[in-house]
Amino acid sequence: MNAPAEVLLSPTQRSALLADLRNALPARCVLAEAEDLRPYECDGLSAYRRLPAVAVLPETIEQIRAVLRVCRTHNVPVVARGAGTGLSGGALPLSNGVLLGLAKFNRILEIDPDNRVARVQPGVRNLAISEAAAAHGLYYAPDPSSQIACSIGGNVAENSGGVHCLKYGLTVHNVQAIKLLTMDGELLEIGECEKPGGLDNPGYDLLAVLTGSEGLLGLVVEVTVRLLPKPERAQVLLAAYDSVERAGEAVAAIIGAGVIPAGLEMMDNPAIRAAEAFVHAGYPEDAAAILLCELDGTNEEVSEEIMRVRQLLLDSGATEVRTAADEAQRQRFWAGRKGAFPAVGRISPDYYCMDGTIPRRELGRVLGRIEELSVEHGLQVANVFHAGDGNLHPLILFDANRPGELERAEAFGTAILDLCVAVGGTVTGEHGVGIEKLAPMCGQFTAGELEQFHAVKAAFDPAGLLNPGKAVPTLHRCAEFGRMHVHHGEVKFPDLPRF
Amino acid sequence: MSDDHEQQLVEQVRRAAEAGSPLAIRGGNSKAFYGRAVKGESLDLSGHGGVVSYEPTELVITARAGTPLAEIEALLAEKDQMLPFEPPHFGALAPSPSPQGGGEPRATSLPRGERVATFGGMLAAGLSGPRRPWGGAVRDAVLGVKLLNGRGEVLKFGGQVMKNVAGYDLSRLMAGSLGTLAVILEASVRVLPKPAVQITLVQEANEDQAAGRLVAWGRKPLPLSASLYHDGRLWVRLSGAEQGVAAARAVIGGEEADGDIWRQTRDQTLPFFQGDAPLWRVSLPTAAQALDLSGATLSEWGGALRWLRSDLSAGAIRRRAAALGGHAILFRGHDGVCEVFHPLPPAMLLLHKRLKAAFDPRGIFNPGRMYAEL
Ligand SMILES: Cc1cc2nc3c(=O)[nH]c(=O)nc-3n(C[C@H](O)[C@H](O)[C@H](O)COP(=O)(O)OP(=O)(O)OC[C@H]3O[C@@H](n4cnc5c(N)ncnc54)[C@H](O)[C@@H]3O)c2cc1C
Repeated sequence: MNAPAEVLLSPTQRSALLADLRNALPARCVLAEAEDLRPYECDGLSAYRRLPAVAVLPETIEQIRAVLRVCRTHNVPVVARGAGTGLSGGALPLSNGVLLGLAKFNRILEIDPDNRVARVQPGVRNLAISEAAAAHGLYYAPDPSSQIACSIGGNVAENSGGVHCLKYGLTVHNVQAIKLLTMDGELLEIGECEKPGGLDNPGYDLLAVLTGSEGLLGLVVEVTVRLLPKPERAQVLLAAYDSVERAGEAVAAIIGAGVIPAGLEMMDNPAIRAAEAFVHAGYPEDAAAILLCELDGTNEEVSEEIMRVRQLLLDSGATEVRTAADEAQRQRFWAGRKGAFPAVGRISPDYYCMDGTIPRRELGRVLGRIEELSVEHGLQVANVFHAGDGNLHPLILFDANRPGELERAEAFGTAILDLCVAVGGTVTGEHGVGIEKLAPMCGQFTAGELEQFHAVKAAFDPAGLLNPGKAVPTLHRCAEFGRMHVHHGEVKFPDLPRF
Repeated sequence: MSDDHEQQLVEQVRRAAEAGSPLAIRGGNSKAFYGRAVKGESLDLSGHGGVVSYEPTELVITARAGTPLAEIEALLAEKDQMLPFEPPHFGALAPSPSPQGGGEPRATSLPRGERVATFGGMLAAGLSGPRRPWGGAVRDAVLGVKLLNGRGEVLKFGGQVMKNVAGYDLSRLMAGSLGTLAVILEASVRVLPKPAVQITLVQEANEDQAAGRLVAWGRKPLPLSASLYHDGRLWVRLSGAEQGVAAARAVIGGEEADGDIWRQTRDQTLPFFQGDAPLWRVSLPTAAQALDLSGATLSEWGGALRWLRSDLSAGAIRRRAAALGGHAILFRGHDGVCEVFHPLPPAMLLLHKRLKAAFDPRGIFNPGRMYAEL
């Protein structure tokens, strides 16, 4: 089990906390009854559930600051929550802590088409930004499959990606300023928040550190994102392959030829079949793998590149290459890919979504080994894959109601992540560590590296009250997992004092 | 051997940490003019060179900090690839690269006495060139680093893959940190294919017209990759597929011009950059109005970067920059007379101090290079 140990507040501690929170916030913003807390018991990693001591839904930055003050006084931890779609347990409440929901911060504050930026509150949904910018011919590029639901604050906390990040980057490449409340109650402007649009800031690159920090360094209370002009045209090619290795080689061939597609996605046969049954995307159900390759730009650019890529795909051994005949078909091709998770959800009572990244050249080897691991663990797996940037999403199918299957799924998942690290990759490409990948983190980083992370955390949050126990394992936890990372049989510089 | 060299660096840092004595980190010294002056024993990375790996289809190059930037660019050019952020060199473009790619790491030593941009210095300075608004900044391309912290520990963050959210992003934090947090030993950055076609166009315009055109073009999906406005003329570069560039050319208009203008802008060899008046680097929102300060100006990045040669006081320039939503760096010609970087508000400065202490508890790395307190 990865979840942090359950610690409860004593009834007197809890009622004192509650009294102070009720003093600080309007009554409608404080939730304390079990039935009101239930909606917050888990995020998208629903195998782990627990109720927070209290949940608060503040409406102003001043109210958030007041909540933080109360929590400091009571020495109680705080867990931020956006839309709760996170897949690694980042927003899992702590039973002795306050769950701070940002759902009410849902206003778009400003769209500035000349500077091509949008200034929004953290609870604004990802897709809502592009919808609001559409009137100006602009959009927000990172498009996680969960974009109709997930919040921009959550995107910043996880450094979320989407199917178009090969060309347009992750959240970190598209955020220009953040208003941050530290646990100490200090309101910091990271980048210019009031008149945004500049491309760099004085001092250290704190935007980089905050993006992907999983709610451990500060509360994101306002975000300025970069908007891009909508490409004149986007076109998608679908190529079918009789082996996943060949599809993998095609990816290298496209990139080697100097083409950076807007999106380059792969699905294996089980994922193709699940998606086809769900959205009738028109995928070839007998293919071992398909590639979806999107090209965008000006009309002329796309026309030129589509011919080139089509030829590259055919040369790489595709059994079939189709071009979406119209926008409706293009949308259908993508609907199958974007709906792959729920599609798999229909064919299996539960699924466990992994998120490792590997160097692309290792694709064939890794998929082959995942196949073997699937047999060893007695669980099926469907693979969807941000092929262009090497980010794998193996979906492990299991049934939590069958004794032992969840544990088997977790063991299988851990084996996949170890494999990703062994080939030079990472345990998480975009879903974050949360509570889920604490154990594999011990394998990816040395004790010194983990301690460096903790030192950075302490610089932002000396008392350690923001989302403690997530994202970076303590050395103690690594020892418990039995997974201390040891190089050449010795811990590095055992004689130096630790942080 | 580079591993021995790394060990020597570790030992020098550990000795300095024990003694609490400052180290001045240097690569090829090409950016010695940038930032505040540092007093300390020299920690020399120029002997710690060599490309560790380069795989064109993975779009990643990994090299040691002392590798000459020119060597990296030449290696990439052999495969029709490039650094997306077009970094300035500010130094000799030598030495010539050795031909083989990848394989065994090569130790390269820099010619003595010459100022040569290195890979590590490029990252630590965090400066990007003309392509920045469209191709991203140095920090955007950073994928991973191997660094040496102030405790003498060798640590690796990030890696060679495009997407990686394991732990805080400490590799990007190194970009622009000017060696005040840690010693960069090695880094991996993302590379991009060179555009198939690239053309430069020039047209006459006054300052308002130029700004208006850039804003209008910026709102359209055009394959822009650089802009420059100076002295009544507006240069624009278009990069991409042949047909796309041809179509965009019809929209932009103007005469075809020599593309070397971008290298001259990047490395500041244009006449505008010569002379003694202090050179200010003012970062503003793209569409911000004219700086309107006495002195000569040259603007890049669609309007987001404005260079100003002016004898006005730092206070006057910084007040104006801040009022427009930006900040100002005294890039050249400061002679220690005033602060180089835009002052940080007290709470931000405190956070910066704590972050520095998290990497460099004894404060030995480049003390004062960025701010007196760091
Ligand atoms: C079906 C499905 C598909 C998905 N597809 C993708 C995908 O394609 N790409 C991808 O990257 N992810 C994907 N995800 C994962 C998830 O949607 C993203 O991680 C998303 O960014 C989470 O946003 P959220 O608002 O739901 O955050 P939450 O789950 O509420 O929180 C996530 C983390 O952020 C912290 N947090 C939230 N708001 C703030 C704030 N304002 N300040 C500080 N910390 C905060 C929380 O404490 C927590 O640690 C998918 C999830 C699902 C369920």
